[in-house]
Amino acid sequence: MIDVRNVTKSFGDFGALKGVSLHVDKGDVVAILGPSGSGKTTLLRCINFLEIADEGTMEFDGETFNMHSISRKDIGRLRRKTAFVFQNYNLFLNKTVLQNVTEGLIIARRMPKEAAEKKAIAALKKVDMADRLDSYPSQLSGGQQQRVAIARALAAEPEIIYFDEPTSALDPELIGEVLAVMRNLAEEGMTMLVVTHEMNFARNVSSKVVFMENGTVIEASDSKSFFENPKEERTKLFIQSIQAGRE
Amino acid sequence: MNERVLQILIDSFMKILMAGIRVTIPLAVLSFLFALVISVLVAVVQYANIKGLKQFCRFYIWIIRGTPILVQLYLVFYGLPSVGIVLPAFPAAVMCFAINEGAYMAESMRAALEAVPKGQLEAGFCVGMSYWQIMRRIILPQAFRTAFPSLSNSFISMIKGTSMASTITVSEMIRQTQIINGRVYQSLALYLEVGFIYLIFCTVLTWMQNWGEKKLNVYGGTK
Ligand SMILES: Nc1ncnc2c1ncn2[C@@H]1O[C@H](COP(=O)(O)OP(=O)(O)OP(=O)(O)O)[C@@H](O)[C@H]1O
Ligand SMILES: [Mg+2]
Repeated sequence: MIDVRNVTKSFGDFGALKGVSLHVDKGDVVAILGPSGSGKTTLLRCINFLEIADEGTMEFDGETFNMHSISRKDIGRLRRKTAFVFQNYNLFLNKTVLQNVTEGLIIARRMPKEAAEKKAIAALKKVDMADRLDSYPSQLSGGQQQRVAIARALAAEPEIIYFDEPTSALDPELIGEVLAVMRNLAEEGMTMLVVTHEMNFARNVSSKVVFMENGTVIEASDSKSFFENPKEERTKLFIQSIQAGRE
Repeated sequence: MNERVLQILIDSFMKILMAGIRVTIPLAVLSFLFALVISVLVAVVQYANIKGLKQFCRFYIWIIRGTPILVQLYLVFYGLPSVGIVLPAFPAAVMCFAINEGAYMAESMRAALEAVPKGQLEAGFCVGMSYWQIMRRIILPQAFRTAFPSLSNSFISMIKGTSMASTITVSEMIRQTQIINGRVYQSLALYLEVGFIYLIFCTVLTWMQNWGEKKLNVYGGTK
């Protein structure tokens, strides 16, 4: 479904991505792992054009785009097929829970208000937030905000959802509720690309793992062989260090 | 206080108050509304980094903040007629106050825009909204809320600032007081009186500001 090839991105002299390729099939849950600063967030942001890559091509549903020279119109078109869940939620602070979910549907997709609200409530039920429709983000816990953010993503009926460390900003006791929602989505067959430090999620929920370091992909494989049968030395060290509880 | 002064105060009170209601307040409200429009445009141009226009906005702010309002009023009212542009006093005052206060308010608006977390824009992009849709529906409303106290302050100082218009013959409260004082020579009593009326106006506005801030507080602080 998505095939990203040879993405490079520099910030000044610093190469954050040095030729990264990635393949996601429909129904895949791909976990992107790697130490801090390895370029995971940058990769996700380039894939959703929040950052414009220096080079790279993307194939999406059979169409090919140059990631550097892609037109604004194509970016808009691709964004309608995708959704993004941020580490710090980024709910619209001046909108209620319900409005956060309907905003994109009504304004960007020109859906009638009634239909948008119906869809929004269905999405909010899925993340167990339908009882807080009129709350503002500042009145919610981090875990609740992130669940609303996931509902906002779901309501757009995207072909894929990108997650950038969706649980990293949460207090430990709130991580579980968000991971549970994501696990449900995975079971329903939602295609997801998830940057995460949650090893249990990568091991038990994701179907594939991509391991990055220093702006390159060190190893990409299905999650079972990644954890049980890593090929690269660096991957082995990484897994050992997790098991030792350090990473 | 003797009876004559008391009688002067009573007679003048309604006259000055009416000048306040008929001239000072409309002058301040109109000037403020135009200033608000100017400030939002100027702030958004800078925030959105619109080339060319941005330089123009910085130039405007530089000129206006670097020169006294009196100079601006005199230039427009006494200076422009010599190049054939004659404006009646009231519109000339509205124009000057709007352009002047607009420059200061633009800086508050710009700071408020910049205080909106960057993720708001990105989240808007990710749900498919365009830059200007996000600006109008997400970023500006949040910026208004942040800027509200300082915009209210601008309005309150605008009320007092309109007294400057007396220098270009607008018959607002100060000019009305001067006219009365020219007949009765009671500067102390009359200027205390007009000061008191300004104080009432500003006190009411401060209440309204507090009420407005409470209303705006529903969605809590920006996190
Ligand atoms: N806007 C930017 N300007 C300059 N450097 C940047 C920028 N964004 C990212 N970088 C740099 O690029 C590198 C990769 O950053 P990135 O955020 O993609 O890492 P990451 O793998 O997501 O790390 P983490 O696990 O800490 O989130 C880092 O060294 C970072 O400092
Ligand atoms: Mg990151």
